[in-house]
Amino acid sequence: MTTGQVTLVAVLAIPAVGAVAVAGLTRRADRAARIVATVVAAIAFLVSLSLYGTGDRGWFRYQAATAGPGILPWHELDLTWVPGLDLRFHLGVDGISYPLVVLTTLLTLLCCAYSIRHVPAGGPGGYLVALLLVIEVGIVGTFLALDLVLFFVFFEVVLLPMFVVIAGWGGDDRGRAARKFVLYTLFGSVLLLVGVVTVVSAAGTADIVALTGGGNLSRTTQLAAFVLLAVAFAVKSPLWPLHTWLPDAHTQAPTVGSVILAGVLLKMGTYGIIRVAVGVAPEGARWAAPVLGVLAVAAVVVGSLVCLRQTDLKRLIAYSSVGHMGFVLLGVATLTATGIEAALIGNVAHGVITGLLFFLAGAIKDRLHTGSLTELGGLRERMPALSGLFAFAAVASLGLPGLAGFWGEAFAVVAALQRGGPLWTTLAVVAAVGGALTAAYFLRLLRRLTHGPASPVVAAAPASRFGAGELVAWSPLIVLALAVGLVPALVIGFAGAPVEALTGVLDR
Amino acid sequence: MAPETLGPLLPLAPLLAAAVGLLLPRGARTAAAALGIGGSALALLVAVGLAVTVDGPVEASTRWVEFGGLTVTLGIRLDGAAALVALAVTVVALAVQVYSVGYLHDDSRYAPYAAQVSLFTAAMLIVVVAGDLILLLVGWEVMGICSYLLIGHDRRLPAAPAAAVKAFLVTRVGDVGFLLGIALLGIAAGSFRISDVLAAVGSGEIGGGTLTAAALLLLAGVAGKSALFPLHTWLPDAMAGPTPISALIHAATMVAAGIYVVTRLDPVFAAGDPALLVLGVLAVVTIVLGGLAATAQDDIKRVLAWSTVSQIGYMAGALAVGATGAALFHLLTHAAFKALLFLAAGSVIHAVGSNSMGEMGGLRRRMPATFWSMTAGLAALVGLPPLAGFWSKEAVLHAASSAGAGWLPPLVYAVGLVTVAITAWYATRLWLRTFFGAPRSSGARTAHEPPAAMAGPVLLLVVPSALLGLAGYTDWLAGRLLPPATAEHPSDLLPAHTNLMHLGPEVALPLAALLVGGVGAWLLWRRDTAADPATALGPARRVFAAAFGLDALQRAVVVRPVVALARAARRTDETAVDGTVTGTGRATVALGRGLAVLHRAGLPRAASAVLVGALLVAVAAATLGVL
Repeated sequence: MTTGQVTLVAVLAIPAVGAVAVAGLTRRADRAARIVATVVAAIAFLVSLSLYGTGDRGWFRYQAATAGPGILPWHELDLTWVPGLDLRFHLGVDGISYPLVVLTTLLTLLCCAYSIRHVPAGGPGGYLVALLLVIEVGIVGTFLALDLVLFFVFFEVVLLPMFVVIAGWGGDDRGRAARKFVLYTLFGSVLLLVGVVTVVSAAGTADIVALTGGGNLSRTTQLAAFVLLAVAFAVKSPLWPLHTWLPDAHTQAPTVGSVILAGVLLKMGTYGIIRVAVGVAPEGARWAAPVLGVLAVAAVVVGSLVCLRQTDLKRLIAYSSVGHMGFVLLGVATLTATGIEAALIGNVAHGVITGLLFFLAGAIKDRLHTGSLTELGGLRERMPALSGLFAFAAVASLGLPGLAGFWGEAFAVVAALQRGGPLWTTLAVVAAVGGALTAAYFLRLLRRLTHGPASPVVAAAPASRFGAGELVAWSPLIVLALAVGLVPALVIGFAGAPVEALTGVLDR
Repeated sequence: MAPETLGPLLPLAPLLAAAVGLLLPRGARTAAAALGIGGSALALLVAVGLAVTVDGPVEASTRWVEFGGLTVTLGIRLDGAAALVALAVTVVALAVQVYSVGYLHDDSRYAPYAAQVSLFTAAMLIVVVAGDLILLLVGWEVMGICSYLLIGHDRRLPAAPAAAVKAFLVTRVGDVGFLLGIALLGIAAGSFRISDVLAAVGSGEIGGGTLTAAALLLLAGVAGKSALFPLHTWLPDAMAGPTPISALIHAATMVAAGIYVVTRLDPVFAAGDPALLVLGVLAVVTIVLGGLAATAQDDIKRVLAWSTVSQIGYMAGALAVGATGAALFHLLTHAAFKALLFLAAGSVIHAVGSNSMGEMGGLRRRMPATFWSMTAGLAALVGLPPLAGFWSKEAVLHAASSAGAGWLPPLVYAVGLVTVAITAWYATRLWLRTFFGAPRSSGARTAHEPPAAMAGPVLLLVVPSALLGLAGYTDWLAGRLLPPATAEHPSDLLPAHTNLMHLGPEVALPLAALLVGGVGAWLLWRRDTAADPATALGPARRVFAAAFGLDALQRAVVVRPVVALARAARRTDETAVDGTVTGTGRATVALGRGLAVLHRAGLPRAASAVLVGALLVAVAAATLGVL
């Protein structure tokens, strides 16, 4: 095996082994277990960083981009898994999946580090971080899988640990929220399974590389497959109107759960749409693109409007995710290189910024024991640094140019305008108006939360400094929100060739 | 140093000061002040360097990022006008930074304030030098967020947070159009670089509907930032910010940015017919609206704020008749005297302890230096020769009176002329009410001159307020403001304005208007020096004071419907969309219960059910012949 292939396996094996070890250690030494988990996550992060490269046969294959397959992995590992069923353990990484893989390992690391000091009520923190590592395996596996069945397996691995995280360490209404989360997304998984089976049985292969571009699937199969897959991923993303599991799950999940959920778990949906749904059934994607676009813009507008009247801090941030994911899906729906690249950077930016917002919302809730905007107020009088950071994150989230959130949203609009025609132009305009609404609800939030005289709850709170765990967890996200904004090439610098390859087969 | 290296330095100096300043601990006043003043002083030096070295266009750019074939560059585009605007911005910024040290001497949040002012300056300078539309948008929007932060700075004012939100949101609504306009231009030109876009416009590659749409959309953003009707509503409310911030917003940054961007993208607007016509109509409405609203305000800062609205209208009017040089000239002189007026008004407010002119009066004796500075500023505002405002307003009016055919230029001229009288009226009222008569409050009776940090910048700004107009006679200034008449400049289809300065018999008209307004206000005031001359406006006074109720209209037509829509969206989302989900869940559970009830049978019934089932299977098997 080459180094690249070893790395591919390692980035999955390290957290998997680590999770088992941490879980075993927890009963004897809970805190030590959390430290071990952080070390494991750090190693996994470093290993995932080293996935970067043009790979073992990169340049040679890039030259064939115009006529070649729709995916050109930097590193690829293809092993027989279940020969009888022709299932393969097929992994690979390219410029589309790499930023998401790194984002996943980074956020897991930050959540583990944060959990050393901050364990939510519910159970030993060691089990919590062990579950986070299992979730990491599932998410990273989803991003790396190049076999449809393998993709499905990893996609499902995430579900139960996340359920346990919410149900075990969540808020007062955690049982209901966790059940809703698991049932709703299971419903999506059923569709995904049917979609995968449809594709695999019709094409006779589960190899995503071979399938990208539609392979030899008939138009009818592609339409059916796209609808099934897109709905499945739309639940995960989530796309309006399939989003209602999200606010409940976010509101009840512990801070680290929310961070992982918003930061990377939702990205499995958008990644799935780009790589699997659009890639495998381009004909279906072209057919359904207008519907997808309309729903995406509806998500932007409805999400923003709901946020405008939201009274719970975490719920508001959750709904803002619906709007942001709407921009991402609008980018995908255009099926242009501009749009897909906008979706990729929007995806990563949302993970960074919303992750930060949930960390900060958690810090506010930890200190003031409420997330109700009717009780909070005047935060900058008592906690100027925390409210300053929160304002920074909110401003980044509302898409201020110069910060990470801007690129994805602005260029989703640009891509829609680029498509032209009355429908897409209208969508672009409405999405841009949605951008103004986004600013409106974030400023309303800031006005309620930070400005004005301190509310009784805030005034009664003791002055507090940032803990070391908080600083460690937040600062990378703060830096990234700024860095991705100033140097967007950090995320989409290496997406050019793979996106070109994808749109190349789309146009064929 | 070469302009290519100086250009990026211009925004970078205050940007760096802002970045470091934001990380300072709250108590570090001295360090914060040093950073703020140092950053803008360095920028001022760079701007001076640029003003000396740059006269022709200079460009430098590098690739920033690429989105599927659309290139975004990181680069600068400098010309004489950019250097002059940069000079104005940095002078005002430095004055504001120095002044703020005194004005906010007891404010515990001075450190972040100073850093935010630096960031504000940097953002404006990015707009000034940007060679790429996306980079320009970055500066444009960062400026918006800085205005939001700084307007909301004062914690004692309950109105401040709302005013801050309003400032950002109203401009952001305009920016929806700005973004779409930029996108249209970028897509059509295949690049967001300003020179590429202008080249594509010049060659006719972008034209027709796309160009018109782009120009009109950009205009929405310009109207938002430059407070043109109907997006002017945020500017008077922005008075809730500290006075130095008002000076910054009104003189050097926000409102100047819109006008500047139109001059920057002049070919787009000139060719994007009827964009200039629309701009002209907005300008005319804005000139009158601002002037009339200024006549009836009691808050000294609000008078000045509405006067800004009106003066920005003059600049927009000049742009609309194709006189970018005159617009920029008025922008520069306005920057000088409006910064002076706001900072001097801040000294007055600081001394009296109130914004209300009803509580001032007689300050001439207690604050002579401030009185004379303010007198110079007001005289420049109304256009008293030979002060700065006279020349630049004259340039605007002359451009309107000599511009080509159509109904717009005469309209701009007529409205501009009438508003000269209105301006003289409200400026005289402000002058008399503040500095003459008897003091009307204990604050006014005990007022004193401000500390040196505040007095210094005010006095220094008197110099450009007085002399900048005459500088228009020099080639150095005029040559930089007037665009070179080249083939690639379609705006020269309109009559070329070869000279900024005009001194002919037609000057008599605005001077007469000035006299009418000024003497009118004085006569009214003389009847009762304690009363407000605005009472003579009768029932119109309330209408003017409320600025024709446009705020209420905006609330009724935009804000309330959006809030109602949001309420409906939330309710629908919770009852209909989520209701379907939970309903499905409940229905499934109910169905399961029902089936469970059916299955919960006694042994005899269960046994017979099994037997019946078996019988059915057997019959089916027999008839279908499976077995």
